[in-house]
Amino acid sequence: MTTIDLEEQFMKRVAADEKVEPKDWMPEKYRKTLIRQIAQHAHSEVVGMLPEANYISRAPSLRRKAALLAKIQDEGGHGLYLYCAAETLGVERDTLIEELHSGKAKYSSIFNYPTLSWADMGAIGWLVDGAAILNQVPLCKCSYGPYARAMVRVCKEESFHQRQGYEILLTLCNGSADQKQMAQDSLNRWWWPSLMMFGPSDADSTNSEYSMKTKIKRFSNDELRQKFVDATKPQADILGLTIPDPDLKFNEQTRHWEYGEIDWEEFHNVVQGNGVCNKIRLRERNEAWDNGKWVREAATAYAEKREQRKNESKQVA
Amino acid sequence: MNSKKNYILHLADNGLILAQRLGEWCGHGPVLEQDIALTNIALDVLGQARYFYQYAAEVDGQGKEEDFYAYFRDEREFKNFLLIEQPNGDWAHTIMRQFFYDNFMQLVYTSLLSSSDKQIAAIASKAIKEVNYHLKFSSEWVIRMGDGTDESHKRIQDAANNLWEYTGEFFVPTTYETEMASKGIAPNIASLKNDWHTRGNEIFSEATLQVPQATWFQSGGKTGTHTEYLGIMLTDLQYLQRAYPGNSW
Ligand SMILES: [Fe+2]
Ligand SMILES: [Fe+2]
Repeated sequence: MTTIDLEEQFMKRVAADEKVEPKDWMPEKYRKTLIRQIAQHAHSEVVGMLPEANYISRAPSLRRKAALLAKIQDEGGHGLYLYCAAETLGVERDTLIEELHSGKAKYSSIFNYPTLSWADMGAIGWLVDGAAILNQVPLCKCSYGPYARAMVRVCKEESFHQRQGYEILLTLCNGSADQKQMAQDSLNRWWWPSLMMFGPSDADSTNSEYSMKTKIKRFSNDELRQKFVDATKPQADILGLTIPDPDLKFNEQTRHWEYGEIDWEEFHNVVQGNGVCNKIRLRERNEAWDNGKWVREAATAYAEKREQRKNESKQVA
Repeated sequence: MNSKKNYILHLADNGLILAQRLGEWCGHGPVLEQDIALTNIALDVLGQARYFYQYAAEVDGQGKEEDFYAYFRDEREFKNFLLIEQPNGDWAHTIMRQFFYDNFMQLVYTSLLSSSDKQIAAIASKAIKEVNYHLKFSSEWVIRMGDGTDESHKRIQDAANNLWEYTGEFFVPTTYETEMASKGIAPNIASLKNDWHTRGNEIFSEATLQVPQATWFQSGGKTGTHTEYLGIMLTDLQYLQRAYPGNSW
């Protein structure tokens, strides 16, 4: 079969909602698009551990400390499944990690904002995990089997994280004036970056069209963003917090919440590396990796020695 | 009654302070799998600490809850081992600290299974499964580093040499431990010394490491005289509760 036939057959299968599996033939562009997206997703999980890890030592109760540790650990686990899913496409985890550390690969810009109070642990769960869920639920039906399956497990945990985050804020909002102020300040800082998590608006989105066609992606950035705003506004009302958008209003006709203009300049700036924490996050990741080099080498050396000894003892026997 | 409370707090403080240290690794491990493994241990020892604080609250009878003991006691009231509050250092120091501790706590929890105090025995029966796993994990890493590369061998040997002086405290009973032992609530810890050494020696020998020979040991952690590290850890740990007292979180 020619490549053109193969490609045609592939597109037919995808259109019929059949899953693509690692051993199946796939167009190079599809493979590359997936690797880029899955790796970016994996990196986001791992870099995303850092802003929350900032509050482990200061968690205000033992119950919260345990929940936060477990949450961050889950994110590490998500990173792990995603790297495994990427590996099924013929790329090594270490290669992807090096691309992250050199700054070549991207991760979600949201993690380039700093965590400045305990309320941020709530806001991250509620808004950031919440936005992640909206991005990820459709991925459970993504055309690539291993990615779709990884997402099913990830989404279950993300919705738990979101409820946990919301509950942190609920407790603060039912608490003292200081606590409520902490929660409002946190929403003020995380609201707009959360909206930016859905990516550029559809008119400016360069990677979307191919991803939609091959069913890697199933909703546009703007559709997902709208869903997020619609879902979040009533939740903010229950908390008694004000969303920091003076233009936010309900459109009776469309039954949607219309939001104000997103600051795309800020978005592009952070993507390009100018966020408050871009350099700090990458430095921290690089340091962890570099400091771990001798540990990884020791583990490999020991495994090799063991293997060798096993073979030697077999020969003797 | 005070001895019992103190003994339970000693067990609780060890778990909390160790979790606090291990939590510093979260997101910074040498490889994702080990990052996750260490957080697992942090969660286990934090869980143990919470059971003990809850029981301490009950024994104390002041109507306090677990967080009171973690967040509103001062440095001089904390009863954890000096070993536990030592900084993480490199992976070798973290693992060696863990190995010394696990090797000891596995013996402690084993004997607490038959404690005359039912609640302590019940906590021990849950903790023993976790500690068995921790000991396996830390032993394997000691061996892997000792018998790995020249660099890892040197680092893990250094860690053993540096941390050794904090292990003597394990075996010298405080008055509260002596009283608890006499009531069959706690083990006679001096009697655990031989087993601790025997098992440690086995792992060190497999790891091709030298057992440190120093005979001077630091002490004081169990009675609240700590190294300078603990105060800083508590400042961090207790900050929110102390800055905004009387709130729930
Ligand atoms: Fe995640
Ligand atoms: Fe999450």
